[in-house]
Amino acid sequence: MQESGAGGSVGIVVPQVVDIDVPLILDCGRLLRRHQLIVETYGQLNAARSNAVLICHALSGDHHAAGYHGDERKPGWWDNCIGPGKPIDTNRFYVVSLNNLGGCRGSTGPNTVDPETGRVWGPDFPLLTVRDWVRSQGLLATQLGIQQWAAVIGGSLGGMQVMQWAIDLPTRVRHAVVIASAPQISAQNIAFNEIARQAILSDPDFHGGRYYEHGVVPGRGLRLARMLGHITYLSDAAMRAKFGNDLKAPQPSFNFDVEFEVESYLRYQGESFVDRFDANTYLLMTKALDYFDPARDYDDSLVAAFRQAQARFLVIAFSSDWRFSPARSREIVKALVDAGRPVSYALIDSSLGHDDFLMPLPDYHLMLRHYLSRVADEVGA
Amino acid sequence: MSANLDLDTGIGLRPDLQLIAGWIKPGSRVLDLGCGDGKLLDYLAQHRGVHGYGLEIDTANVAACIARGVNVIQADLDDGLRDFETGSFDYVLLTQTLQALQRPDEAIEEILRVGRSAIVTFPNFGHWRVRQALLSGHMPVTKTLPAAWYDTSNIHLCTVADFDALCAARGWRVRERRLLNRAHREGWSIRLAPNLFAEVALYQLRGRLGS
Repeated sequence: MQESGAGGSVGIVVPQVVDIDVPLILDCGRLLRRHQLIVETYGQLNAARSNAVLICHALSGDHHAAGYHGDERKPGWWDNCIGPGKPIDTNRFYVVSLNNLGGCRGSTGPNTVDPETGRVWGPDFPLLTVRDWVRSQGLLATQLGIQQWAAVIGGSLGGMQVMQWAIDLPTRVRHAVVIASAPQISAQNIAFNEIARQAILSDPDFHGGRYYEHGVVPGRGLRLARMLGHITYLSDAAMRAKFGNDLKAPQPSFNFDVEFEVESYLRYQGESFVDRFDANTYLLMTKALDYFDPARDYDDSLVAAFRQAQARFLVIAFSSDWRFSPARSREIVKALVDAGRPVSYALIDSSLGHDDFLMPLPDYHLMLRHYLSRVADEVGA
Repeated sequence: MSANLDLDTGIGLRPDLQLIAGWIKPGSRVLDLGCGDGKLLDYLAQHRGVHGYGLEIDTANVAACIARGVNVIQADLDDGLRDFETGSFDYVLLTQTLQALQRPDEAIEEILRVGRSAIVTFPNFGHWRVRQALLSGHMPVTKTLPAAWYDTSNIHLCTVADFDALCAARGWRVRERRLLNRAHREGWSIRLAPNLFAEVALYQLRGRLGS
């Protein structure tokens, strides 16, 4: 793996739980009287409270973006990008990373207890939209004393939250960094999500979403959903380079055991996902992806939606990403130009596919570093 | 206007780019095709309050633009300007890039669709040094055409006379034309025999009347 250069670790981090006691009206019409968000922060908030950066996570992400929990072996999911001297430089920025509402890593979600019923929410947890997440994150910002983010940054589904932030709460975002994202997902993407959901819903251990009460998890369904996802996160070329079609053994075994490297990779990814992720949250996250369409609120005009925004934008896409292809990022850029918004767009030459947005590719990190260094200068960080 | 510009040469803007800057009305919308490291757009934003975007294919240049805070869109000019709406810019700039495009004529038509004015600059292939080189039996290598024939990106070179003829044939209106020598100045020799002594040609064009 190529390295993007210097930078240290934020070290040991301790997540904190933030109670949001302000009622939240959701797009589905339901009301959450209160909710909790689990949050990590890195760096120091300056006296002017002008140097805060929000990280929005993608489908399976969480609040643990950088540093280490105790003696864990692997750091947070975006540790290569967040830290002292790294592109999102914690010497200058106060970085806030949360597990979204509906998540399964400590924020209020399907696997937590509904205080009104005393039962685990399970399938009764409301379906959410990206707009709901932005409202919830807006309440979090207020609670943390942050009136305006120096930047809101996210990849994939995280990038969708960034766009929605800039449109819905325009005065609270100075810079919007949208990475490997799309203005709405394609029918092909919805189709992948639907297969993933059907895998979970048809697992006999799903029990209508009440599997917690049966002491089981719909592991087969969740595993399949994740295996499918991983196919779409990699390019054909990357899969070929990584796994080829070599048999693991000298001769075919003529059965359905793992025989090819790619099978073993997918099974491993599926298996490890079951240990750390909740099936109801997976269903909810994929629906939020499917529902995302900021243009819908503006007569299907993305240009009109972006006219609301006041932020400056950086849009980044990866050449080998077919799940959220560069053409989709160009749609975002076109709408921003037509709306008269300041925007820069970088197309990073890459080979892995959608997963490249998590990789420390030198050109990618250079663009982020240059952009964010100006943001830091601008906000006096 | 030119006096103000002279005061600002400290930022290292080339004289031909200074001339272009002088043509651009304050506060206008500018698209710079092949914007390089973004120096011109940076200058125009700071000194003329323009709202601009650059198109650039080279990654190092894109990074340089981002470092300057210039809006840059990484794209290949030969893919065209499909992503830009008709009449969405006051000026579309194409500096020293025309001769490297697949179809310069179609590019200018597209530029005049997207912009109300086109500002185009190119090296004059009619310059006497070029002619001298050709007379001696070799492709020219000069200060404005520094590459050898086998590794140059210039595939559609033209002379000032050729370009004037193309403008006339297509009905493009020449609003301004400035011809500069290798020091990017206008001298008596250029006034005397422009196609022989100009090394760099600067044009401001408008589309056909009624188009």
